[in-house]
Amino acid sequence: MSEIQVMQAIHDALREEMLRDEKVFIIGEDIGIYGGCFGVTRGLKEEFDLTPDENTPIGQWPEPPIKDRRLIEPPIVEGGFTGIAVGAAMYGYRPVVEYMFSDFVTCAMDHVVNQAAKQRFMLGGQCKMPLVIRFPGGCGTGAAAQHSQSLEAWMCHVPGLICVAPSNPYDAKGLLKAAIRSDNPICFYEHKLGYRVKGEVPDGEDYTLPLNKAKVAREGKDITLISYSYTTVKCLEAAKQLEAEGIDVEVLDLICINPIDRQAIIDSVKKTGKVLIAHEGVQKCGVGAEVAGIIADSEAFYYLDRPIVRFGGCDDMPIPYNKELEYSYIPQVETICDKIRDLLK
Amino acid sequence: MEQLSREQMHDILYKMCVARAFEERVLDMFSQGKIHGTTHLSIGEEASAVGAISVLRPDDIIMSGHRGHSHMVAKGADVNLMMAELLGKKAGYCKGLGGSMHIVDLSKNNYGANGVIGPAIPIATGVALGLAKENKGKVILNFFGDGTSNTGNFYEAVNMAALWKLPIVYICENNLYGMSTPIEKTCSVPNIADRAAAFGIPGEIVDGNDILAVREACAKAIERARSGNGPTLIEHKTYRWLGHSKSDKRVYRTKEEEAAWKAKCPIKRFKAYMLKNGFTQAELDDISAKAEQVNDDAVAFAESCEEIMTPEEAKELVFVKEEYLK
Repeated sequence: MSEIQVMQAIHDALREEMLRDEKVFIIGEDIGIYGGCFGVTRGLKEEFDLTPDENTPIGQWPEPPIKDRRLIEPPIVEGGFTGIAVGAAMYGYRPVVEYMFSDFVTCAMDHVVNQAAKQRFMLGGQCKMPLVIRFPGGCGTGAAAQHSQSLEAWMCHVPGLICVAPSNPYDAKGLLKAAIRSDNPICFYEHKLGYRVKGEVPDGEDYTLPLNKAKVAREGKDITLISYSYTTVKCLEAAKQLEAEGIDVEVLDLICINPIDRQAIIDSVKKTGKVLIAHEGVQKCGVGAEVAGIIADSEAFYYLDRPIVRFGGCDDMPIPYNKELEYSYIPQVETICDKIRDLLK
Repeated sequence: MEQLSREQMHDILYKMCVARAFEERVLDMFSQGKIHGTTHLSIGEEASAVGAISVLRPDDIIMSGHRGHSHMVAKGADVNLMMAELLGKKAGYCKGLGGSMHIVDLSKNNYGANGVIGPAIPIATGVALGLAKENKGKVILNFFGDGTSNTGNFYEAVNMAALWKLPIVYICENNLYGMSTPIEKTCSVPNIADRAAAFGIPGEIVDGNDILAVREACAKAIERARSGNGPTLIEHKTYRWLGHSKSDKRVYRTKEEEAAWKAKCPIKRFKAYMLKNGFTQAELDDISAKAEQVNDDAVAFAESCEEIMTPEEAKELVFVKEEYLK
């Protein structure tokens, strides 16, 4: 085992899958020698596409022709290159799309929602759609309202898309490898602050993880705290702090948000009888609303001894630039602790 | 101009007549309430589809838009399965889940129709990227309308195809109207082909009702694409005789304009050519009659198909079944 960051885990998954299957290619803005907006693909261009030449600067090393290129840097046109990935996937290639910021899916919605999600169904099952789209999202970098959102609930609303949002390196690596090998379209949500989260990953082991399973990240008996993506890290820290107050929190990491692991939610709620759901996406019509719905219309409902509480991003305004306002916009460790204390009163 | 063989002439006329007869039956069945939803007919535009596709190899690929029945027929689709699809039957090409705007026959390298204006251009360009990577000398023809050439999808995708020299030919079927709006009100240039200059690729204006001209321009563009020199934008000037969709009363244009275009009927025109090139009137009548007959049979076949998909069967087709989805 080695301790690595989520960013390294995603990088390693991409690299290993590109080595494993020559049909895998990556398409996204500045994913070449720049390494992508957040540095995830750093080094891959040199390894897969470029021949080193000591006498010229790296920016001038010749690229192979498009047919041999494994990292394709398109113009800044999310709609156009997402469509290109959809077509290449229909033809049997395995494109991995990287958006600079998850928000920019707004420029490509038709291709994700009307094309990638629906082609197989509309064609009566004639084609497959082995497509992965990576969405670096989330708040906390001072990038303001157009570069900080968590819009994953939109994709969960579309039949035909699978959505995952891991919180640690082990899950990120295993899920991304599974996603790339899947013949279905997968929305892979990453968190910009979450890239630095560290964790243990087995050395030299080729593993994949199921794209529909939640995990109990911390066992507890007093309350179930449900989350996904980077907010899970905050939830684990909140649970640790509350332990000192004698509150035993169970943290359920959803990991996969469409489909959601219904049984894992029900099992945990039956055990604790109390629920707080936390995430960065706005609360209204968010993933938490679906989780609350699952609890409310299952046998878990009979085990509740408090109302289900949701704690999402602020419903009433876009994400502000100001640092303090941005901080208070989404759940933080202190506010998660406060919500739990209130709930247990 | 090339000299076609008897067999080629026969095949071209037959496919144009099958496409026409198919759509005439679709129109008829809509008015009788036998088909629901909507449909976009291409009567009057048959030479564009049949001419361009007739110069492809069988392993080459096509992709079109919402007005795609003629392209299906031209690529060798079975009208029985097309009609079954329009009637929503399980026997249809897409098991009754796609309908008129989504008919596809991948078994014939036909990536078919798409209901949204624009996205098929990047998707076809993505298939072309796959073809380039595969490197087996295959090309894709991408058909779309004049309206689609105004979308961002068009500019984004053609730019990338030109940049990467992808094996694709873009064919704009300019039928002069985007639904009810005439092209002069939506397009900043008189010819769609003029837009090729923006990408540094050839743009060709072709009489889309002259199948020989269509073949000639398309063959040249295919050769260019196949030899690694990148895309061409071809504009077929043509006209849809009927409305945009089944509910269109065509108040936005005159009867005189329609009559003038009907006089340029691509089928009538090609028949005249065939008469001058060794066919008798009786032989031509025979080809038309056979095209009518296969479509009568298609209607009978589609109506006789009882089975429709159950919701459970349909749900099974959303995803490829994989271990984690069980």
